[in-house]
Amino acid sequence: MTAKSKLALALAAACFAAASASAQTVKLGVVLPFTGVGAEFGQQVDRGMQMFMKLNPTAFGPYKVEMVKRDSKNPSGAEAKTAVQELIAQDKVDILAGFIYSPDAIASAPLVTEARRPMVVMNAGTAWITNLSPMIARVSFSMWHSGFAMGEAAAKIIRAKTAVVGYTDFPPGKDSLDAFKRGFEANGGKVIDAIPMGGPGQVPDFTPFFQRAKDRKPDVFFVFVPAGDHAVSVVKTYGALGMRQAGIKLIGPGDITQDIKLQSMGDDAVGLITIHHYNADLDNAANRRLVAAWKQEYGASATPDFMGVQGYDGMAAIAHVVTTLKGRVDAEGAMQALKGWKYDASPRGPIMIDPVTRDIVMNEYLSELVKVNGRLVQKNIGILNAVKDMCKELKEGRCK
Amino acid sequence: MNPQALPAVRELALRHRLQWWEALPWVAGIAAFFLFPNYLAFGTQVLITILFALSLDLVLGYAGIVTLGHAAFFGAGAYTVGMLAAHLGWTEPLSGLLAAALVAGAIGLVSGWVVLRTQGLTLLMLTLCTMALLEQAANMFSGWTGGFDGMPGLSFQPILGLFKFDVLFFRTQYLYALAVLFACFVLVRVLVYSPFGRSLTGIRENLLRMHAVGAPVRARQVLAYAISAALAGVAGAAFVQATGYVNLAVLGLERATGVLIILILGGYGRLYGAFAGAIVYMVLEHTLSKAYPTAWQLGLGLTLMLVALYARNGILGLGEALRRRWSAR
Amino acid sequence: MDLISILLGGLASGMVLFIVSVGLSVTMGLMGFVNLAHGGFAMLGGYAIVLGMRHWGLPFPAALALGFAAVAALSVVLERALYARLYRAAELDQVLFTIGLVFVMIALVTLAVGPESQRVVLPAWLDGQTDLGFIRYRTYSLALIACGTLLMLALWLGFERTRIGARIRAAVDNRRMAESVGVDVGRLFTLTFALGSGLAAAGGGLGAEILGLDPQYPLRYLAYFLIVVAVGGLGRVTGVFFAALLIGVLDFVLKVEFPKGGTMFIYALTLIFLLARPQGLFGKRGT
Repeated sequence: MTAKSKLALALAAACFAAASASAQTVKLGVVLPFTGVGAEFGQQVDRGMQMFMKLNPTAFGPYKVEMVKRDSKNPSGAEAKTAVQELIAQDKVDILAGFIYSPDAIASAPLVTEARRPMVVMNAGTAWITNLSPMIARVSFSMWHSGFAMGEAAAKIIRAKTAVVGYTDFPPGKDSLDAFKRGFEANGGKVIDAIPMGGPGQVPDFTPFFQRAKDRKPDVFFVFVPAGDHAVSVVKTYGALGMRQAGIKLIGPGDITQDIKLQSMGDDAVGLITIHHYNADLDNAANRRLVAAWKQEYGASATPDFMGVQGYDGMAAIAHVVTTLKGRVDAEGAMQALKGWKYDASPRGPIMIDPVTRDIVMNEYLSELVKVNGRLVQKNIGILNAVKDMCKELKEGRCK
Repeated sequence: MNPQALPAVRELALRHRLQWWEALPWVAGIAAFFLFPNYLAFGTQVLITILFALSLDLVLGYAGIVTLGHAAFFGAGAYTVGMLAAHLGWTEPLSGLLAAALVAGAIGLVSGWVVLRTQGLTLLMLTLCTMALLEQAANMFSGWTGGFDGMPGLSFQPILGLFKFDVLFFRTQYLYALAVLFACFVLVRVLVYSPFGRSLTGIRENLLRMHAVGAPVRARQVLAYAISAALAGVAGAAFVQATGYVNLAVLGLERATGVLIILILGGYGRLYGAFAGAIVYMVLEHTLSKAYPTAWQLGLGLTLMLVALYARNGILGLGEALRRRWSAR
Repeated sequence: MDLISILLGGLASGMVLFIVSVGLSVTMGLMGFVNLAHGGFAMLGGYAIVLGMRHWGLPFPAALALGFAAVAALSVVLERALYARLYRAAELDQVLFTIGLVFVMIALVTLAVGPESQRVVLPAWLDGQTDLGFIRYRTYSLALIACGTLLMLALWLGFERTRIGARIRAAVDNRRMAESVGVDVGRLFTLTFALGSGLAAAGGGLGAEILGLDPQYPLRYLAYFLIVVAVGGLGRVTGVFFAALLIGVLDFVLKVEFPKGGTMFIYALTLIFLLARPQGLFGKRGT
């Protein structure tokens, strides 16, 4: 580094410090897809953040939060990175939050490292994202949380011997496959076929893939697809092909029983077993309050889902940072406050940020879909407490 | 009568002369560097998009080849630089640009030789399918390409060993992109006013006559396609070097239609259409999406519709029409 | 796995492609108008159908009729007011206009209904499985196959056996000649445009079970619609029908046998088809 650029950097850093030190208003840069294929997820996280502010008006104490929202559009990484650069350089935000797609978080990581800005990841699930920068903390999940847990549960609780895995052919899908396989085979099961089912860009017709799975006659069929349209098609196809009658149980991470899609799945979904860190039927006070307020705000047919709660908890984490640092957010202080942060009032039950990995530690809920009064409900049939990201625990691949 | 005096002949003979206003884009580009120091990441994207649109103009505007798959070459260049850096540690930027141009140009040469025997909708679909196949291949071999999640944390050596890439403010990247754009623009400008470029225009305007006068029509088209592909590859390479990141989105239909729309909006076959289109489209999108993150497509869409309805051949076409009306007075 | 269920699955997805794309083929063949907003009409139809069922409690067939009529009417207004100005413009200006229109449609639907995807709630008689005697198969897929086949027959009869159909064929094959013998091509175009958009709308609703329905629909499936039209040949109802079925079935079979190649096949197949027959598998040379 030349002396000149060192000077420029020092100057820039001084400017930032001055800007954030004088402000009692904390600026929060929110990067979410508000348009394009991820728009409905962006809306969920955004609403979750709003609901936290509404239900916890005193959480930020005397300090004000100013949100600057940017559309990250398509999952190219570059759009999000441009938005983050401008949020830091021009808008001088203190904290960054959002990030639905993993590429968006991955591409932005070098920027927040260089600029020393804390970044709260509210969705992006690729396991090794938290390794990319010491400035990143994640309040959402990695695919290993649910995948590994489901593998264990399938072998121990469902007592399955063989499984076929169907997954959307992109990183979260492959992570899910690896995680499930590790968990399942470590407990005596055997994965007899793994079927990639097209990319995430469009919802394919799942029939051919499910036909293939049906022909293998496994005990369970573990499916990972991105939340949203894919999930409904999965359940419909499962029902339409008569796989239940053939004795094959459909299981998967809770992405395939996303609450906002649940009621449109119909009777085909009854008996489906999933594992996830949140569903809207969880029975605790914080969740009941959130669901009621959500329906009041956005209509009776609306419901929070796991993404909404990630937005909610993300705001809780940011509120913790702001109040701990008394409104003067600096990088070291913020990361220090986030490491080991515990929150018991989350709608998904107690959560914690792992002080070592800066990733979330949370409960995973095994649930079965049942029909109560004509409505599909996720009935809790088991809890795994304080689950960590197993990818980093087992030091798999890039998670080292 | 002296043929030099005929207006048409003069027009043809003097067309390649530099006009005073041709300095304006470059002055504006340098001015923007000082005026908007906090927006240079966005500015870099605009410059790279101009280069990409310019490469498309060579085939679409001059050779008359309509393609929906130009992102194939952008992506080929992008992945060349990304994979060289990630797997071989080859992070020297200028030689990276060259390698990207060669790879993208070679793909352009081969695919052009195959698909350019068709035209119209068929050609459109063939170019689209070529691109989609590359995209699927990049997803299939994600061990090499990083797939959807891309290759994280690519970093490149200082340019010429002197200028370090600027992670936070994108100052180096902006000037680098401006320099690359300038070099490529000079090349394209020389090319389109050369006999080669004239023969391309001839092919576009009257295919049969060019066959009749014995011009090697297909060879010229394929060559133009390959050169354009190489330039698109340079754009893709510069994109990856500037953002330090590459994933599947560099190859998508969205990028291909995006650049087509930008070029039509600016006006094709005019060299500066790429500049006008990219700047208007991207600045409009950027400002609108900041003000209305969920609804900006409405304003952008209406603008495209209005330009299509009331301007023939884009913004530059509109400008020319206004100028003609003005001078006719 | 058994051949019949593969065939049925492929046919069903092919039928959806046919219903949505057939209008595009005819209008592009007739006027050479590059209407990239065609998928937008399918999306609007899908939304009209979903909302009609949700808010007015319309039964599925009635909602389909409503979607068809509403979108056909809207398309006539748009065609007369806007599209008509661009008939003599360059194809690329038409591309610019119709992509702009797609953006506007996406934004309006997002603002009015929201970005979340919608689901068509099927009546009980279309859900589940049906026993055909030799095989049990998804009822809805069978219904789609029946629907698509009937539609194909109706269109074929309409094109081959009626005066208007003869005029359309004449205009597709040689527009100048048709005009010079007194065919009002402009009016024919309005008519086929409305019919094509209406069919797309019905296809948006019928296909939602398989293709989904959300504001991104028009862009997401644009490539598929264009592929079907290109392979089928411009302005060929039967061509589009067989192209859609061929692509539907082959895509389906290859996905079952080689899941790793994923969605690559449809593009590879199109590439091969079009290189072998640039005018489309079922198109006439020179159209």
